[in-house]
Amino acid sequence: MELFLQLLITGILVGSIYALVALGWTLIYKCSGVLNLAMGELTLIGAYVCLTLYHWHIPFILALLITLAIGFALGILTEVVFLRPMVGEPVLSVIMVTVGLSFFFKGMVELIWGTDTVVFSPPVFPIEPIFLGKIVIGQVYLWAFIASIILLLAFVSFFKYTKWGLSMQATADDEMAALSLGVNAKVVYALAWAIAFMAAGVGGTLLGNINGLNISVGYLGLLVLPAVVLGGLNSVPGAIVGGLVIGVIQNLADGYLSRYTPGGVKDVFPFFVMVIILLFKPYGLWGWIRIERV
Amino acid sequence: MEQSSEIILKLNNIEVMYHEVILVLKGVSIDIPKGGIVALLGANGAGKSTTLKSISGLLKHEDGEVTDGSIEFMGEQIHHLSAEEIAKRGIIQIIEGRRVFEHLTVEENLRVGAHLRGNGSAIKERLEMVYHYFPRLIERKNVMAGFISGGEQQMTVIGRALMAQPKLMLLDEPSMGLAPLLIKEIFEIITKLNKEEKIPLLLVEQNVKLALTVAPYAYVLENGRLVMHDTSEKLKENPDIRDFYLGLSDLGERKSFRQVKHYKRRKRWLT
Repeated sequence: MELFLQLLITGILVGSIYALVALGWTLIYKCSGVLNLAMGELTLIGAYVCLTLYHWHIPFILALLITLAIGFALGILTEVVFLRPMVGEPVLSVIMVTVGLSFFFKGMVELIWGTDTVVFSPPVFPIEPIFLGKIVIGQVYLWAFIASIILLLAFVSFFKYTKWGLSMQATADDEMAALSLGVNAKVVYALAWAIAFMAAGVGGTLLGNINGLNISVGYLGLLVLPAVVLGGLNSVPGAIVGGLVIGVIQNLADGYLSRYTPGGVKDVFPFFVMVIILLFKPYGLWGWIRIERV
Repeated sequence: MEQSSEIILKLNNIEVMYHEVILVLKGVSIDIPKGGIVALLGANGAGKSTTLKSISGLLKHEDGEVTDGSIEFMGEQIHHLSAEEIAKRGIIQIIEGRRVFEHLTVEENLRVGAHLRGNGSAIKERLEMVYHYFPRLIERKNVMAGFISGGEQQMTVIGRALMAQPKLMLLDEPSMGLAPLLIKEIFEIITKLNKEEKIPLLLVEQNVKLALTVAPYAYVLENGRLVMHDTSEKLKENPDIRDFYLGLSDLGERKSFRQVKHYKRRKRWLT
């Protein structure tokens, strides 16, 4: 039981980071219909930027805020330079562009920061774990969770209460109708990429704090897929729940199954779950099945 | 044109092409007087919706283009502007088919309507105005727009356009798929809006009888060409309109299809 609780809680804490990245992914898909396969590389870039700033002796919080700002700018730049010319082109071509972007970004990261694992030093968060009864929680996990939740709340209230947030949702629902009201779809697409870049950057930074940072953090970009498939591709709450669930599943698989296998269950299991979901619930938990009125 | 009042929108012999090859409108000229209602009639595929889209600029998002002629709104040429710019100038199109934002609530839908128009207090005022005209929406304001009835959706869509403080509203078939009583209610509100808020309307309608009652002046499109325009009174008396659109014979009685002899008269219209 203790093992289960331990795995569950750690799973939720890590899952909140996945939720953050999944939200960014969903946003792009929802607003512009682009299936973004470069999400992992967006997390890499954010993480390395933040790490570099931190090593320049900028306080972590400030470094994180600057990372958000840089993510915003890079997101808009990426949309304008690479995605905008593809508006109206076949879906497959657009997906291939994101695949190209993924290689391009990965190459840039290796070129600038190298391929060795680097860590945040001195460590950002205290190393002593917190004890909850018999359950042990690393402070890194706890703070990562808090940061993710704050950011998730910020994004969700942005969608709910601000003019551009509402207009983004409107564009996702019916682009033509939004256009007829003077919503500029180009701005909406750019904003979606900007927010995705921001979310991914913070997600990558937090993961980098937990495990150290190298190219394999970009694997997160793939892990986002089972999360969003579970939530239903175009649901923001779905992405958040999906992220949390995938975090938990991954941890449970690691804790209970890895001793019976040569290893790697942790990485494979979320995709196993994804296939099952696709078989039985192709729209995910909260995906848009068209609303039918009777 | 007999109306002597000031013209707010002037379509000057416009020609519209899709995908650079398909000629859809072949010389359409329409004048809309300040504060007036003008109806645009015609069969399916005549180019009515295309005309509206060419005015609102939405045409450009369907790979269409105004290739000839000009569109003037309050003395300014607008046919080369983007949809956003045109909406900024106050032309709001209500596209066909009750296109609400299904996953937003009714009130959020209305708020998106005010996208171009400012801040908190101004939006609140507009919201109150919309609820004044569509009291039915008050109790529905926190319901997801995908789940409300067709009539309420049409009201939401018109209310949403109203939030944008339109100087000209382009209405594309507001009666489509609604029950007769609802149609009546919606048209009463539309006329009221026109009278009280002084919003000029360009109305596309399949229900010709209704359109000719609401609009004092109407244009008839056929195959992308303007074939007729006159006051509604005169159009109602016109034998072709009575035959093709109102389904009445000269005696004011229903006529059997056998007597219509479509092809003979249509030929004269086409040229």
